[in-house]
Parts: sequence; C-alpha cells; structure tokens
Amino acid sequence: MSSLPDISSPSLKIKTNSRVKKSTLPNLLIGLLYLAPSIILFGLFLFYPMIRTLYLSFFLTDGQGVPITFVGLENFTYLLQSKSFQQSLKATVLFVLYTVPLGVVIALFLAVIANEKVKGIGFFRTMFSSTMGMSVAASSVIWMFMYNPAIGILNKLVTAIGGSEIQWLLDPKYALFSVAVSTIWMNTGFAFLILLGGLQNIDDYLYENAEIAGVSYWYKLRKITIPMLSPTLFFIITVSLINAFQTFGQIDILTKGGPVESTNVIVYSIYKDAFINYNVGSASAQATILFFCILFITILQFKLGERKVHYQ
Amino acid sequence: MRSLKKIVLYILLIVSVIFMMFPIFYAFMISFMQGGEVLKGNLIPNSFTLENYKSAFEKVPLLQYLWNSFYVSTVVMVGQIIVSSLAAFAFVFISFKGRELIFFLFISTMMIPWEATMVPNFITIQKLGWLNSYSSLTIPFFALAFGTFLLRQQFKTIPKELYEASQVAGISRFRFFWNVVLPVSKTSLITLGIYSFLTTWNMYLWPLLVTNNESVRTVQIGLKQLQSQEISTEWGVVMAAVVVVILPTLILLFIGQKRLQSGLTQGAIK
Repeated sequence: MSSLPDISSPSLKIKTNSRVKKSTLPNLLIGLLYLAPSIILFGLFLFYPMIRTLYLSFFLTDGQGVPITFVGLENFTYLLQSKSFQQSLKATVLFVLYTVPLGVVIALFLAVIANEKVKGIGFFRTMFSSTMGMSVAASSVIWMFMYNPAIGILNKLVTAIGGSEIQWLLDPKYALFSVAVSTIWMNTGFAFLILLGGLQNIDDYLYENAEIAGVSYWYKLRKITIPMLSPTLFFIITVSLINAFQTFGQIDILTKGGPVESTNVIVYSIYKDAFINYNVGSASAQATILFFCILFITILQFKLGERKVHYQ
Repeated sequence: MRSLKKIVLYILLIVSVIFMMFPIFYAFMISFMQGGEVLKGNLIPNSFTLENYKSAFEKVPLLQYLWNSFYVSTVVMVGQIIVSSLAAFAFVFISFKGRELIFFLFISTMMIPWEATMVPNFITIQKLGWLNSYSSLTIPFFALAFGTFLLRQQFKTIPKELYEASQVAGISRFRFFWNVVLPVSKTSLITLGIYSFLTTWNMYLWPLLVTNNESVRTVQIGLKQLQSQEISTEWGVVMAAVVVVILPTLILLFIGQKRLQSGLTQGAIK
C-alpha cells in the first residue's frame, strides 16, 4: 500500500507537466458544478420529455403512455386526415390572426400615448400594465360574466344600440372571436410594458433634432419612433405569436373547445387527447407539430432579428 | 396648439384607461353586489356588501388555496433566483471548455414550448409520486433560461478586474459570488423575483394536471372550481374570489412596475 503513491506520483507529475494550463480541469468541474442544477432540471423536465414526446409520436400507446406498437408516421397521417385536427389547426391559425395583429397595434398605441412626458403619466402607465398581473383564470372568469347572454354588459350594450342578443360563447360564429378579444385584453399589459421600455430607450436627441427641423408629429412617429422601435416590435410580435399557439386557460374556462370544436386550439386538443381520451400517441404527435411550429417562428425571429440589427 | 395637443392626449389616455380597466372595475363592483342586483345587470351596487367575500371563503377552502399559491410562488421565486444566478455566474466568471456549447443548449430550451413536454412530464411526476404535492408544482420550474440571461447580462457589468483581484487575494469563488456579485445585482434579482412570483401565481395548466385535492391545489384552479359550481347562480361570490385572487399580484405589479419594465426590456432587446 505504501508503495502505491511512489509509483503513481511520477506519472502524475508527467501528466500535469504535459498539460500546461493547470487550472483547466478544476475550472471545468467547478463550472459544471455551478451549472449542475440548471442542467439536471433542464435535462429531466425539458430535454428528456421533449425527446420522449418525439419518440411517443411514432407509437400507439396505452392510456398510461406506455408505447405498444411502432406505427411510424401513422399518427401524423391520421391526424392530418382527421376532420377534428384540421378544425383544430384552423382554429389555431384563426386565433393567431385575430389576436396578434390587433393585440400588437393596441399595445403600441397605448405605449406611444403613455410615452409622453406629462403630469400623472405614471398613473396611466401603471393602469395600462395592470393586465400583466391578471391571471388567465381570473381574467377568463370576468370575461365569462361579461359575455353572459342574459346579464353580461356586452349584450346590454348590443341591445342598447338596437342589436339583438348574441350568444357570444355558444355560437360557433362568435366563440373563437370572443375568446380572442379576451385574450388580447389579457396580453396587452405585457406587450405594453415591453414596448414602453423600447420607446424609452430611444435617444432623446433624435426627437430634439426633429423638433428643430420642425417636422410633424406623424412624421416623427413614422420616421423615428417606428424604425427605432422595430427590434422591440419584432420581439413582441414573436412572443405574441408563440403565446397564441400556446393558448389554453381561457379556452378551458370559457368554451372547453366548443361549440362544435370551433375553439379547439392545438394545446387544448393535446390536453383532451392525452388526459381525457387517453390517446398519448396522438397527443404526442400533436405536441410534436406544435413544437415545430414554434421552432419555425423562433428561427424566423433569429434570422429576421439579425437583419434588423444590421440596418440599425 | 401646445395645450390642444395636451388635451387630446389626456382624452386618449383617459378613454384608454376606461377601456383597459373596465373588466377589473366591473369585477370589483359585482363582488360587492347582492344577488338580485347582479341579475338585473347593474353596474354599481346600491349598497356595498361584504357578504360575497364571506361566502367565497366558506364555499371553497380559499384560504388554503391562497396559502398554497403563496407558498408555491415563493418557493419557485427563490429556486429560480438561486439556480439562475449560479448558472449565470458560471457563464460570466468561470471560463472552461464547452461553455459556449452549454450556453447554446440553454438558448435552445427557449424554443421548446412547455406544452409540448407536458405529457411525459406528467408521467414522470406520477412515477416520482409527486402528484398532489408541492414538489410537482415547484421543482420543475427552478431552471429558467430567461432568468439566466437576465442575470448574465447584469453580471457582465461587474468588472473582471474585481474578480481577478479577489482571486489574487485568495477569496474563494463562492465567497466572491455571495459577497460581491449577488449584492451588486440586487435590482436584477428583484426584477427576476417579481417576474417569477407573478408567473407562478398565475400558472394554470400544470396545476390543473397535477393537483386534484385541496391540500396543494392553487388558487387559480380553485377559481375554476368555484366558477363551474356557481355558474349562473352566484356571480357575486365568484367575483369576490376573483378579487381575492388578483389583489396580491396587482399590488406586486404596481409596486414593481418600473423595475419589471426595465428588466424585461433588457431581456427582450439584448
């Protein structure tokens, strides 16, 4: 035993001598130690389940999510042919079209008027950002009441201007639109906050120069504010797109995917397949499709975002 | 002209505030109404009653739910701050081979929609025996790429010389992290904390999946439960519960709005 260190020490010396940087190894270990909690958690709750989802999407599974038979792309071909999934895709795309453009425009409008330096503006900023503190559940319950055909405020307004009562959430014509309106309201606070931050980062001297040149308000908005804000604007459009694809809570509370599946957006459809119909294979295939949709948007953001940085 | 512009601006601001705040105001008003008034569709109660609040607490274990949400949000907040700041420290102050690769791996987590992983995650939680436990509501959310980026951005502003000097002086890495890096980054840490608390408090889909009894169920799921029980009968009670649920986050948001804004903008643009 005592001779062991004697034998190993020369070789050890050679080893350390051959590696010039003595601290490389400890640095790596220490670095990994600091990163370990993140790496383990990401691995267990993000990378592993993502790979598992991809894997399960090629299988028929039992109700517990245990793969039974390999079916290749059958889950996908079945989905793409299924009326229900086509409806779900349609609802998702429509929902994106309803919420994203309008939501960004409203948030931008609020940010622009809240960026003026006048008395009491802090109050308005706080109020405009307030929906960021509102949970999906609370917001949806409030909107559910507003949409109530008999006692809600919206039908009161409609009848006051001479219209007839609308079944906002029960009529397939209106349901998705109604959910979209409430969603726009819920998301405005966050988008507003980000856009206001972007506006405040624009250098004041640009406006001062414009002031001296005597240009109009609209000209400044078009030629200074919007171009300078474009990276932030672009970011918020991407985030809104991704959020719209991930909509769940408001659907669950307001419509449960109905009426006649008109609001059965993709995440709700995944939830239903996995936890109500116990068809984990199909749910995984849908989750895979969702993943690629969002991946596509994110890559687009990086590509276009880079270009934006260049011309700034 | 100047004052005309101001008047137009104030009109726009006030009209916008009315539109934005109306749903919240409406919920507050209904929460103070008696049943009959709600059904008549009144906007402002004839007399303010606290009855609805009393029954909201009696009909569902709202207090327990509030506690659960508070506990879960606080634990996630602390967990995210610890895990993210450790990772950010490594990315800024410890250089080693493969760091860029790991950093890229962190970035890539942002492209994975959480919903795409929920089924295997649910099965994992089930296998771990974490259903209906605080662990399932907290631990999976401790690692956060956004938080790591936010703090990395902040840590980068600390002069490298300071780190080198501390190493020469023989101060350990962890002490430097604890005694220098964290204290000077207080603002960013608070920003991240507010963000974590808000998002965890408002979480919906995951608590819906992993909780099915009142011992750990969060207030958001309690709200859904109350709403589906009470629908069309007692909206006043439901709205009272809504108010109870939104007050903590609204107050937090009002206090931290400025910080949150600058923090989020930093994370968004850089």
